[in-house]
Amino acid sequence: MSHILIVYEIRDQKIKKVSFEATSAGVDLANQLGGTASALLIGSAVKDLAPEAGKYGVEKVFLIEDGGLEKFSPDVMASAIAQVAEQVGATHILMGATALGKDVLPRTAFLLNSPLVQDIIGYQVNDGKVTYLRPMLAGKLHTEVSLSSAYHLATLRPNVFPVKESPSSPEVSTLQVELPAPKAVVEEILAEAGGKLDVTEADIIVSGGRGMKGPENWYLIENLAEVLGAATGASRAAVDAGWRDHAEQVGQTGKTVSPSLYIACGISGAIQHLAGMSSSKYIVAINKDPEAPIFKVADYGIVGDVMEVLPKLTEEIKKLKSE
Amino acid sequence: MNIAVCVKQVPDTETRPKIDPSGKKMSEEGVKWILNPYDEFAVEEALQLVEKNGGEVTVISLGPAAVEPTIRAALAMGAQKAIRIEAEENPADPLVTAKALAEVLKQGNYDLIFFGKQAIDDDYAQVPQMVATALDLPCATVVVKLDIEGEKLTVEREIEGGKEKLSLSMPAVISAQKGLNEPRYRSLKGIMKAKKIPIETVQVELASGQLEIEKVKFPPEKQPGKIVGKGADAVPELVRLLHEEAKVI
Repeated sequence: MSHILIVYEIRDQKIKKVSFEATSAGVDLANQLGGTASALLIGSAVKDLAPEAGKYGVEKVFLIEDGGLEKFSPDVMASAIAQVAEQVGATHILMGATALGKDVLPRTAFLLNSPLVQDIIGYQVNDGKVTYLRPMLAGKLHTEVSLSSAYHLATLRPNVFPVKESPSSPEVSTLQVELPAPKAVVEEILAEAGGKLDVTEADIIVSGGRGMKGPENWYLIENLAEVLGAATGASRAAVDAGWRDHAEQVGQTGKTVSPSLYIACGISGAIQHLAGMSSSKYIVAINKDPEAPIFKVADYGIVGDVMEVLPKLTEEIKKLKSE
Repeated sequence: MNIAVCVKQVPDTETRPKIDPSGKKMSEEGVKWILNPYDEFAVEEALQLVEKNGGEVTVISLGPAAVEPTIRAALAMGAQKAIRIEAEENPADPLVTAKALAEVLKQGNYDLIFFGKQAIDDDYAQVPQMVATALDLPCATVVVKLDIEGEKLTVEREIEGGKEKLSLSMPAVISAQKGLNEPRYRSLKGIMKAKKIPIETVQVELASGQLEIEKVKFPPEKQPGKIVGKGADAVPELVRLLHEEAKVI
């Protein structure tokens, strides 16, 4: 019988949304395969979070609680997940394709002698066989992947799988595993000033390119982002010019994003940029050049100068929000 | 310091990919190949460390002889040695690649093993972590800052909305992210020198793959949208469409 184990990501004593997305996908996969889905919470004090997992339909919640987990170590977490998988007889292990999931799950995969399908955007079950859909070349192509390994491991791209509430009363149990001595330890988390929202987690992104003409004009992007509660992004041109930090870069040598709304300001739409953002649900392009390739992927376009359009857009959205 | 940098040959970022007639991979026809951009940061960091502390940098890549230009591109930046692990093609299963690399890396007694954080073709972002696990070494990924004091490493890795500071000790595996440094240009002198460096070829028995690519396809094409209008005057209509039609604001 299939047993889908969803590994939760907890930051600041809160479960990340992507873990619930992965839970909904995992529960669905369990239903399609005729199996069961469980949640795994790992940390120094995670018991209080267990009921939350019950909102999305898992049958069991497993806890690994250990004071030694207060200082986070990716290798220790990877080992704990592998041990739990063996103990509970998991067949599939799912986790969010976040900085944490992408770092930890490959290590678990190695320990279980199984490959990992990183960053999936879909899956399909045919006659009990699962194929996973994932992008390559930052989304220029999609691939359907199948596994013949003992375990199926996958990380799920945030913002792609819908969260479906399906309350259950899961049985909560604390498991014992042998935690190895950590090889690398997180000493500190250095948050960006103002607790900036990351482009990979944002529902709306306002992104700027060369057409912004310089970092001094970025307040236009930031103002719009603020009224929308959006993250700010940048094209490679803007990052390479030193206007913006690389953490904001969207595209093939930056981040691949799938927000509900992507507003491209003064971005021409080079193929490497389009690869990183064209799976956004809605795309707005503002560009002076009516021939810019960005308009080919945009749902709505305005041909015009970002310097004039952006302030007006910020003002109009402010008006709408106050209504 | 004895440093290894694992590199991969990938299609240039400007590539508009075509699909191979088999339907299971990207067509290689007419593709311009480059050194994986993230690997350049890895090579640069290794070179800077060796320039400061002495030692040598070995470039390692897995693939057919056709990947040698990419190995030479890394050598042209200043690396001293190169190893190519013979393989007919790039394995679809990253675990196979990781095992083969680990096999060769464990014989090299390296203080540090660098990778780019991911290859920009298959975007797996998992071989460095797997190699570290295979060799039982500490590993930090997506690293944007690295400091060394004796055997101790302090690194910063990029996470959502900030950075994580990790401590680990050598020997270790590091995967490099853009921002770690500014990769140097390949000088003509470097390119000429790289031509004379022998590339050692090693044979490793590849494990059988457990991941199969069943199909490669183009993503669903986006329907062309509409131009709402020109300049700031078009903004009210855009806001209306986003609110009433798309319902995203």
